Amino acid sequence: MALLQISEPGQSAVPHQQRLAVGIDLGTTNSLVATVRSGVATILPDEQGRPLLPSIVRYLPGVKVEVGYAAQAHQSDDPRNTVVSVKRFMGRGRKDVAYIENSPYDFVDTPGMVQLCTAAGVKSPVEISAEILKVLRVRAEASLGGDLAGAVITVPAYFDDAQRQATKDAATLAGINVLRLLNEPTAAAIAYGLENATEGVYAVFDLGGGTFDISILKLSRGVFEVLATNGDSALGGDDFDHRVVCWALEEARLPPVQPRDIRLLHIKAREAKEALTTHGEAPLTARLSTGEFVDLTLTTEAFCRISQHLVQKTLGPTRKALRDAGLEVGDIKGVVMVGGASRMPQIQRAVSEFFRRDPLNNLDPDKVVALGAAMQANVLAGNQPTAGDWLLLDVIPLSLGVETMGGLVERIIPRNSTIPTARAQEFTTFKDGQSAMSFHAVQGERELVSDCRSLARFELRGIPPMAAGAARVLVTFQVDADGLLAVTAQEKSTGAEASIAVKPSYGLGDAEIERMLRDSYEHARDDMQARALHESRVDGERLADAVRSALGSDPGLVSAAERAEIERLLAALRANLAGTDHRAIRQAADALNRATEEFAARRMDASVRRALAGRNIANLDA
Amino acid sequence: MAEARDGSLHRRMQNHFELFGFEPAYALDPERLERTYRDIQAKVHPDRFARAGDAERRASMQWTTRVNEAYRTLRNPLLRARYLLELNGVQAALETNTSMPPGFLMLQMEQREGLELAAAERDAGALHRMRAALRIEKRGLEDALAEQLDARRDYGAAAELVRKLMFLEKLDAEIDAAFETIEG
Repeated sequence: MALLQISEPGQSAVPHQQRLAVGIDLGTTNSLVATVRSGVATILPDEQGRPLLPSIVRYLPGVKVEVGYAAQAHQSDDPRNTVVSVKRFMGRGRKDVAYIENSPYDFVDTPGMVQLCTAAGVKSPVEISAEILKVLRVRAEASLGGDLAGAVITVPAYFDDAQRQATKDAATLAGINVLRLLNEPTAAAIAYGLENATEGVYAVFDLGGGTFDISILKLSRGVFEVLATNGDSALGGDDFDHRVVCWALEEARLPPVQPRDIRLLHIKAREAKEALTTHGEAPLTARLSTGEFVDLTLTTEAFCRISQHLVQKTLGPTRKALRDAGLEVGDIKGVVMVGGASRMPQIQRAVSEFFRRDPLNNLDPDKVVALGAAMQANVLAGNQPTAGDWLLLDVIPLSLGVETMGGLVERIIPRNSTIPTARAQEFTTFKDGQSAMSFHAVQGERELVSDCRSLARFELRGIPPMAAGAARVLVTFQVDADGLLAVTAQEKSTGAEASIAVKPSYGLGDAEIERMLRDSYEHARDDMQARALHESRVDGERLADAVRSALGSDPGLVSAAERAEIERLLAALRANLAGTDHRAIRQAADALNRATEEFAARRMDASVRRALAGRNIANLDA
Repeated sequence: MAEARDGSLHRRMQNHFELFGFEPAYALDPERLERTYRDIQAKVHPDRFARAGDAERRASMQWTTRVNEAYRTLRNPLLRARYLLELNGVQAALETNTSMPPGFLMLQMEQREGLELAAAERDAGALHRMRAALRIEKRGLEDALAEQLDARRDYGAAAELVRKLMFLEKLDAEIDAAFETIEG
């Protein structure tokens, strides 16, 4: 029996205080931030008690930015500078954006990710999203009373690599430490599954403002295993609104109208759509800037007719996900509805007809994703004393491949592979003495490169001179737990590590991110220094804690010499942590990381051996 | 997308079976495989190391990657058989010099014609029936594989069964594609 530790009054018995961690649902229409308080996940509202933050950003001349309700108030009178649904632009090029001709923005003609020209200058979707995230970070820090240790940020499961990377970059710009990018349906499954102690195979049907996901998950004994996922990252409530706007223009026999009036009609269309969830018909009235008055009535019947093909568009991915999971409709125990647009009666009806059962609507479809993300953030931050509580096994939504001869795709990692995952592919040179080689990474299911998403072009340099076909360059695709791809290359016959230059097709380069970070701190240089120091301290202390606890729990896995070296570097890190030089802290942390590499690998091996030993004993008992 | 730091995925020479504490054999208890996979994942998954140092996080990602690959291979009968043959020095997919039995090839051609017809006539019922028949045919081959790999250890005969099974997998994928075409 161990002695209880009795602490002095005013001192905490807990070795480290609760780390402040939040879940953020960065939505197309609305965003939310949530945290776990006294074991319960709760949404953090703004000062007026409003839980949602409209995902709307308005740029004013100079440096002033309005986000949320303040920006929403101007979406119709200042449409060019008021960006709505920016999520649809993340990691996307101009030709990918639907109904760009109706869009009020001033797009900059550049290759790669779209850019918008605003009153405050040219802005990328990453910067615009960062403004939303900053507001949520400030809200959380004010409400929790301290700096955030980190956040879990949700993304549509069907987001590709460029869209995920753009989201992570936005968080970096907003000064948020990303604990994990979590798929929205998986986050919903955590919240739903833990709330209801669910077991079995479930479908999560997530129709948001601009994206659609369907995930099939197996829930058993605290494991959430995604069997398959599918979706459409450009299908959501916005498209239903757009159908209503087109209908209104036609019904009212209006000539082409101005951007501000289009925006106004969109707002009115959304209101009418929402009213139809509980009523048989809804008025759609608006006074346009031309003085014309629109006075229409939208019936449920008309709405269903004009949006029928959109409803059908959700069923194709649903069938594919089921097929990829190797399951039939009858194998699904329940369908969890997520996302505001899943409230539409025609969606509810289509889902219940398809799955031949009533969908589950007992959690608020607007909040469930943020709540699940908060629960996962709490675990990742190490606040859950029994961290072994649940385990997420998620998948990559779209296959990854490289371009080969004739514009064809060679698939390297198939869709629905459990992540993290890695696959290697060998390439060779076709000229004598060839020292460089380039290739093109793509994502998608089609056979032609032109039908898939271009992710990046890579150039390998430093291949040792050899005869044509003699070099064996092994290119490894590694997908991490955030679903993000990293690529390495090695020349196998000589072991030379080829260096890689990456050029993202629809992403931002490291230099661009750095420039944006600098811009955002342009008026407060001290602030940037302070941020860098703060971040290096948080990371450094986290590392020191981790190494200290590792030495404590596995003392037998290091030799005396290794231990002495680790202790020396640990002391050096501690000394630097007391100072104010963030570069020195980073260097000391890097040195400690390198010195503990072998130890970390041995600890992992030992931990697996223990797991297997436990299993064998359990088998003997059985 | 970034540049990964370490590609030393093949550092651990243990084979997939050993990793899960199994004897190398075609027949295995799927429930025990799943339980063991989850037990190991519970120890090595990156979610367990979100606050650890870089070294531990990297080790965690490599381990999880390795365990996922092993699980993917062992849970799938075709991949498991191919892997077992590889461990015994037989590359089943490469040995195309052995021609397939004419009767089998004939049957394959007939099935493909049936598939094209069903797709052209948008006959989902026919596709469902083809799939059901294919499942039975696959199960028969899998039973035969267990016999050749575990009881007789006749790897040549097993390799031919694996190649047949690969044909059937391809047909299965084509049925999926046909479903997608007719569903629009």
